[in-house]
Amino acid sequence: MSTVTLALTHTKYSLLETMRVPIAVIGSVAFPAFALLLFVVPQRAVADNAEFATQAVISLSVFAVLSNSLFNFGLNISEAREKPWDPYLRTLPVTGMARVLGYIFSIGLIGIASLIPVVVIGGLLTEANAPLWRVLAGVLALAVASIPFMLIGICIGFSMSSKAAIAVVQVVMFGFAFAGGLFLPPMLFAPWLNTLSTFFPSRQARELVIWVVQGGELAPWVWIGILAWTAVMLVLALFLFRRDEGRRFN
Amino acid sequence: MTTLVKLDHVTRRFGDITALDDVSLEIGSGRIVGLLGPNGAGKTTLLSLVQGLRRASSGTVELFGGNPADPRNRMHLGSTPQETALPPTLRVGEVIDFVGAHFENAMSRDALAEEFGLTELLRRQTGALSGGQKRRLSVALAFVGRPRLVLLDEPTTGLDVDARRALWAAVRRQQDAGATVVVTSHYLEEIEALAERVIVIGEGRVIVDDDLTTVLSQVGLRLLRFTTPAPDAVRALTGVVDSRPEHDGSCTFFVQDADVAVAELVRSDIPFSGLTVRGATLEEAFLTLIADSPKQNDAATAGVSTRGI
Repeated sequence: MSTVTLALTHTKYSLLETMRVPIAVIGSVAFPAFALLLFVVPQRAVADNAEFATQAVISLSVFAVLSNSLFNFGLNISEAREKPWDPYLRTLPVTGMARVLGYIFSIGLIGIASLIPVVVIGGLLTEANAPLWRVLAGVLALAVASIPFMLIGICIGFSMSSKAAIAVVQVVMFGFAFAGGLFLPPMLFAPWLNTLSTFFPSRQARELVIWVVQGGELAPWVWIGILAWTAVMLVLALFLFRRDEGRRFN
Repeated sequence: MTTLVKLDHVTRRFGDITALDDVSLEIGSGRIVGLLGPNGAGKTTLLSLVQGLRRASSGTVELFGGNPADPRNRMHLGSTPQETALPPTLRVGEVIDFVGAHFENAMSRDALAEEFGLTELLRRQTGALSGGQKRRLSVALAFVGRPRLVLLDEPTTGLDVDARRALWAAVRRQQDAGATVVVTSHYLEEIEALAERVIVIGEGRVIVDDDLTTVLSQVGLRLLRFTTPAPDAVRALTGVVDSRPEHDGSCTFFVQDADVAVAELVRSDIPFSGLTVRGATLEEAFLTLIADSPKQNDAATAGVSTRGI
């Protein structure tokens, strides 16, 4: 069995498991769409301004990907560590790579699904607009910018129990969303808060996608920040993964 | 006969605890092997080394001549998940298909379901199964890839007598079809029903590795309990293996053959009263074997218990 075939098999059954409890998906798919409907659409000063509306849609798309990555990686991994199904799967002839890819494909697909209502509502009910190729490029940029979020989710998943993970994921998610200007645009921030904000991967993701969709200039701290968060969280994730192997078997 | 599993001077430590202590053994194709031992003896650790879940602290473990940590070497290995492990939202048929997808020559879901009595349950979510049904599905999953070697860890724990017999019958049919089965248990009855070769593990070491009948005669101890003023004289009688004082002042003696021991007791004129006789539980038999184990270890180093079958 090739790695890709098995990765797709694991993706399929992982999605099937998720779909059997649809409320879990509805949470991550519907919440950003509701936020858009309730906080952006009624504010015509934002909704009727093409530039602001597009930025608001992008902010909530970043939020959708942020919450999906943190919740699914953080909770899936911490729960899998507590269940004996995971060690059973490791006795089957399947590589670790196929299993990790299976996680990324299934969570990535749900992440893309969570973007659809945000983009559709934004396109229909606000003045947000962009050429199709820029929208697609924006989705790609989102995929890149979500890597730190996935790694943070993985770190949470490997470092704590699922009960603790639920709480920590919520704190990190809302903290990052506010600090990253995903709920309130950074133009409303006090200067010190704006400076602080540039250190958050959520803010960096927002600026990267805005740059890809709307053009303009990309400040160096955006890509430096994304690379730095990726590097640091990758090292931490690998460390926690190895430590977990040791501890689980004790 | 080909060698399926080979452990060569394998030690596995968890921190300060030595779970397996210099174990060498081979498992060849053919007979059902019973792996017996009290809780914490190292049975599950031994299986997890063969499954590639853990690495030996020292020594080498080979599965089909290769490293079990390499997924390719696990293509012909079948294992069971714990019954609480099954993903509750997936249907029985889906779990079978999912696990089967990992193997080159998997059994069809219908054939497997037929064999293990799961046909009526294929559309059920595993979360809705009874404990016995989950156990049956777990054991069935070990066979979906048409394995050459199957490891069954406590396959019938918690099952009623009928369900246990049905599962044993299914395991024996699979063995007849060419699978070699290693089964761990702390039910002597289970080992008696299935195994032809028995390995007893205690405190991380192989204590006994022999044919079922030989091992049964060793663990099939009888317990005589009575009050006597001369327990030392009783201990000196032939056939008395071990003894322990009881809190009511009486003494329990472990003997190979109760009839012979009672005859000896009467013949030797040792006074006694309140005699009761019962069979030793498996745990008591193990404890006796473990207490005796230094000489068994000498035998092991001499190669007696390190042979394959």
